[in-house]
Amino acid sequence: MKTFNYHSAKEVKEASKLASSNSAFLAGGMTTIPSMKLGLATYKDLIDIKGIKKLSGIKASGKTIKIGATTKHVEVAKSKEIKKAIPSLAALAEGIGDPQVRNRGTIGGSIANNDPAADYPSACIALNAIIHTNSRKIDAEKFFKGMFETSLKNGEIIEAIEFEIPQKSNYQKLPNPASRYAVVGVYVAKYKRGVNVAVTGAKSCVYNAKDLAGALSKNFSSSAINNVKITSSGMNSDIHASANYRANMVKTFAQKAVDAC
Amino acid sequence: MASLVGSRVERKEDKRFLTGKGRYTADINIANQTYAIFIRSPHARAKIKKIDTSKALKASGVVDILTGEHIAQDKIGGLIAGWAIRSEDGSEMKCPPNPPLAKDNVNFVGDPVAVVFAETLDEAKTAAELVKVDYKELKAVVSLADTMKSEAIHEGIEKNLCYDWLLGDRQKVKEAFDKADKIIKLDITNNRLIPNAMEPRACVVDYNTASEEITCYTTSQNPHLSRLIMSAFGGVTPENKLRVIAPDVGGGFGSKINLYNEEIVCSWASKKIERPIKWVAERTESFLTDTHGRDHITHAELAVTNDGKFLGFKNETTANLGAYARVFGTVTPTYLFGPCATGVYVMPAAYSNVKAVYTNTAPVDAYRGAGRPEATYTIERIVDKAAIELGMDPIEIRMKNFPTEFPFKQTLVHQVDSGDYVAGLEKAKQMSDYDGFAARRKDSESRGKLRGIGVTTYFEACGIAPSPVVMMLGCGVGLWESAEVRFNPTGQVTVYTGSHSHGQSHDTTFAQIAADELGVPFENIDVVHGDTDKGTFGMGTYGSRSLTVGGIAIINACKKIITKAKKVAAKMLEASEDEVEFKDGEFVVAKSNKKKTIGEVAFACYLPGVRDEVKSPLPEGEEPGLKESAFFDPANFSFPAGSHIAEVEINPETGEVKLDKYTAVDDFGTIVNPTIVEGQVHGGIAQGVGQALTENAEYNEDGQLITASYMDYTMPRADDFPEFQLGFTCTKATTNPLGVKGCGEAGSIAAPPTIMNAVINALDGQEISMPATAEKVWKACKELKKSNAKAA
Amino acid sequence: MKRVTLEVNGKKIDKEIPDHTILSVLLRDILNLTGTHIGCDTSQCGACVVHVDGKSIKSCTAFAADLSGSKITTIEGLAKNGKMHPMQEAFKKMHGLQCGFCTPGMVMSAIDLLKNNKNPSDSEIRDWLEGNICRCTGYQNIVAAVKEAASKM
Repeated sequence: MKTFNYHSAKEVKEASKLASSNSAFLAGGMTTIPSMKLGLATYKDLIDIKGIKKLSGIKASGKTIKIGATTKHVEVAKSKEIKKAIPSLAALAEGIGDPQVRNRGTIGGSIANNDPAADYPSACIALNAIIHTNSRKIDAEKFFKGMFETSLKNGEIIEAIEFEIPQKSNYQKLPNPASRYAVVGVYVAKYKRGVNVAVTGAKSCVYNAKDLAGALSKNFSSSAINNVKITSSGMNSDIHASANYRANMVKTFAQKAVDAC
Repeated sequence: MASLVGSRVERKEDKRFLTGKGRYTADINIANQTYAIFIRSPHARAKIKKIDTSKALKASGVVDILTGEHIAQDKIGGLIAGWAIRSEDGSEMKCPPNPPLAKDNVNFVGDPVAVVFAETLDEAKTAAELVKVDYKELKAVVSLADTMKSEAIHEGIEKNLCYDWLLGDRQKVKEAFDKADKIIKLDITNNRLIPNAMEPRACVVDYNTASEEITCYTTSQNPHLSRLIMSAFGGVTPENKLRVIAPDVGGGFGSKINLYNEEIVCSWASKKIERPIKWVAERTESFLTDTHGRDHITHAELAVTNDGKFLGFKNETTANLGAYARVFGTVTPTYLFGPCATGVYVMPAAYSNVKAVYTNTAPVDAYRGAGRPEATYTIERIVDKAAIELGMDPIEIRMKNFPTEFPFKQTLVHQVDSGDYVAGLEKAKQMSDYDGFAARRKDSESRGKLRGIGVTTYFEACGIAPSPVVMMLGCGVGLWESAEVRFNPTGQVTVYTGSHSHGQSHDTTFAQIAADELGVPFENIDVVHGDTDKGTFGMGTYGSRSLTVGGIAIINACKKIITKAKKVAAKMLEASEDEVEFKDGEFVVAKSNKKKTIGEVAFACYLPGVRDEVKSPLPEGEEPGLKESAFFDPANFSFPAGSHIAEVEINPETGEVKLDKYTAVDDFGTIVNPTIVEGQVHGGIAQGVGQALTENAEYNEDGQLITASYMDYTMPRADDFPEFQLGFTCTKATTNPLGVKGCGEAGSIAAPPTIMNAVINALDGQEISMPATAEKVWKACKELKKSNAKAA
Repeated sequence: MKRVTLEVNGKKIDKEIPDHTILSVLLRDILNLTGTHIGCDTSQCGACVVHVDGKSIKSCTAFAADLSGSKITTIEGLAKNGKMHPMQEAFKKMHGLQCGFCTPGMVMSAIDLLKNNKNPSDSEIRDWLEGNICRCTGYQNIVAAVKEAASKM
């Protein structure tokens, strides 16, 4: 691996100041470190933000759950507050990677990376999340821009993710048999004012499946989307799943999620 | 004393592995070592125009950079095919040269062209990026089906054809087919696999400038063979100046049989640069350059009568050798495949015709089962298809065609000494509750799932040996095995074997059999293997041969020890030799009940005298000491067999296949350690399940390996399996004194057809190829739904 | 270069190391604790699992500098006074290993499972071991070993 300067920041300001065009923030490092080892990414500076106390922790209010950026998957999976308020979110965290990834990987790292097959981005979209950074609040819909691309600016740090507590919700995924990332993952969340259906794994970036959400908003049952047509255009295609299969699985897994709500 | 053969002794090797004290090649460091990084072709096929190392040579920490030019200058030889196979027309097979570093042409992605040695690994990597290789890219030949129509990859090898081999009698087959009521036809592919031993390949080489000896620690299944090839064919250094050590090795499965480019290059270079060298593969390098397995396209036909009797069988196969022919590359799709393709059945006429071709992919060689999984997949799938077409039960059709008498002269080559296929299948049927399947299917259907059951009965030829036979078939060496048994003066025993354990538990099982033979406590016996400076010579471990060949060599050496010790004991006991009986570690004279333990006799052999008296316990002419060696060459292969039954449940909405039940009943003859044998069966089944359901090595049309990491190549995990139910039947092998048969490959041979027969059963007979991945199965489920709707 | 202070298997370690030193490199190449194995580059095989402050992590996917101040336990640190840990004993008893290469990671991961779940079912064990690949055993005797250890711990 190419060498770099390792910094451990204690304050958000300090971390932000250290950032440059050739740096990265380091949280769990679950993607950053393998990419660096394989030579796919090199940095001059790595700024570890795990030492910043205020970035970790779970806060529940009546309407939202706010999770600090460096909160680990295992903490989300085991959190009593989350299990009570949004059990599907705890279940999603329990299904990420393997126990060792969950012991190290963080929610902020996952969404900042915006892997097209990651689980958390779908939770953000479905659960009307607000991404709190050191400079602003960003609606999840505007945060995820494209493959491995977010609206974060250079030096901008995610501080927390705030999820709106739904009436009902569920996440179902078809895992890639090799990597166990989502081939298709569908997060369904029902609110008083309507339903969200966020899909990960299927396209180059997580998206809100408006047609499915619309049908479910009218009638929240899996049969309500029987006749919604999902086209395979824009869907990913790889050795594990063709675009056509993914398109079909989006509906199948949306139905599974609705049934499990 | 109770016999240890047959008992569940805990393993001697476990403590070191469990406490982190195992010593694998990558754990070894030598003072002043340099680190090697190989520069590999990024193209599947190209001409090397120029290699510019000038900038890299100036980089920090670089010790030297060597290329194919240097290899050629030093006349270092290349990698070889161990078996010469002849075509049907009598011509010799065609093999291209395979230099350790390519000089003119590269033929697969990962083919090494140069190597950097530097003071640290980071420096070696940085310098490697500075080596400029100028390639002229050529169109890669990748698709197996089109290979023979494509441009020749290697000069002088037309149609990319290594050989066009035939075993059997075409005319007899034609006559049999003419008499048939029905011809069953099947087109199948045997998917390409990557063995993926968990320990990546590595070597650490040390050149001693004083003794001029090279010591090469390496991840090998057969260090003596590696030394032989490196010396005799590579010309690296004479055998007596080359020590190859395979210390603890983290799995092989066939992929560590071959001597590889890196071992030759580092051994040669260590002498050249007069520094130790360490090279450890990264996993991606392992994916790209370890030998791959299987990769066949087969058209098979089975001639049957209306009541399900088999009349004849033919098998037309194209086998992928990859870019070069390696040690077992040419024999795996011929003699390890063809003879077994008629399976466990009485088959009046048969032939196997195999065309082996070169492609711009990694070399393909033996992978657990080597040829026999391909054979078993072919016959067991077509037998199931026959059952479907004839409306018969899969067990009934099998039973109808089993041989009932042994020895059984199998159609193409083998004289199977022992077996009882009926008993095995009966037992599997019972254990799996075959008759309860219909109810379980109904239950699955009530939950919206499809359920299928699949049966396989296999036999295989393993314990790969009889030297005269294998050499007649084209093997370049004899496949005997050697052993040496040494008594120390104080009574402990060291057993040296030419076999190599990389998971097979030789420290334990070999000590068990030696303990029984010598009557010495198990704890007092050490097994030594894997070092060419220690054992006499050895052919190594593959083809389920360790116990049936290497183990018997140990027994024979032990018998020689007893023969000598008995003479000595007789003198010590003042009796004649035939009055002395050896039992449970004691030499006893029945009439006087005088006795000596074998430890006392061993002691006397080393201290043959008494103070103040001229009195030796050694009979006249006997040498002092107690050490014997033996070479064992069995009269035949061993022929394990068994019946496996699996049930799968399919979710038609997603196509996901869940392996729900797996029953294996095997006949391995005498079992030395049931726990260890069960472990071998579990592991074999798991690899077979991997082949059937998840694993597939995929190249794109440019010859880039798409599945070059665990992110894409689907290794089976713990949650992919149910608990396997194991059972055993026993017919002893008649060709060795223990009655043992090989057990290491059985699971990987039986599991793929068992599972695919189950999947296809669930899909109402619809054909589907391995691996049965979710999308493929989902599509088949949709077809099934359509055809059911039509029928309704 | 970074200075790291760690406790590894109960021993204080104070070292200057390059910033990019991966924990597994520190353990294997600098501290000579070669029981921690490297089987892949993508954080999937699990042969490198160690405990950091009592939790299992993949040592190939953590920077040593990042862990300064932590307590690390590797496979070498499990046996006490020459007596193996119950999980090690169980692997031996149930033949939960063959070639031994994945074993250190398996054992470390399995111990963490029992910390979280004292009496796991077969399927809970299989799910937990998702991040540990074994090519030899077909996992059956590993599952049996974890159950055996659970009954003893």
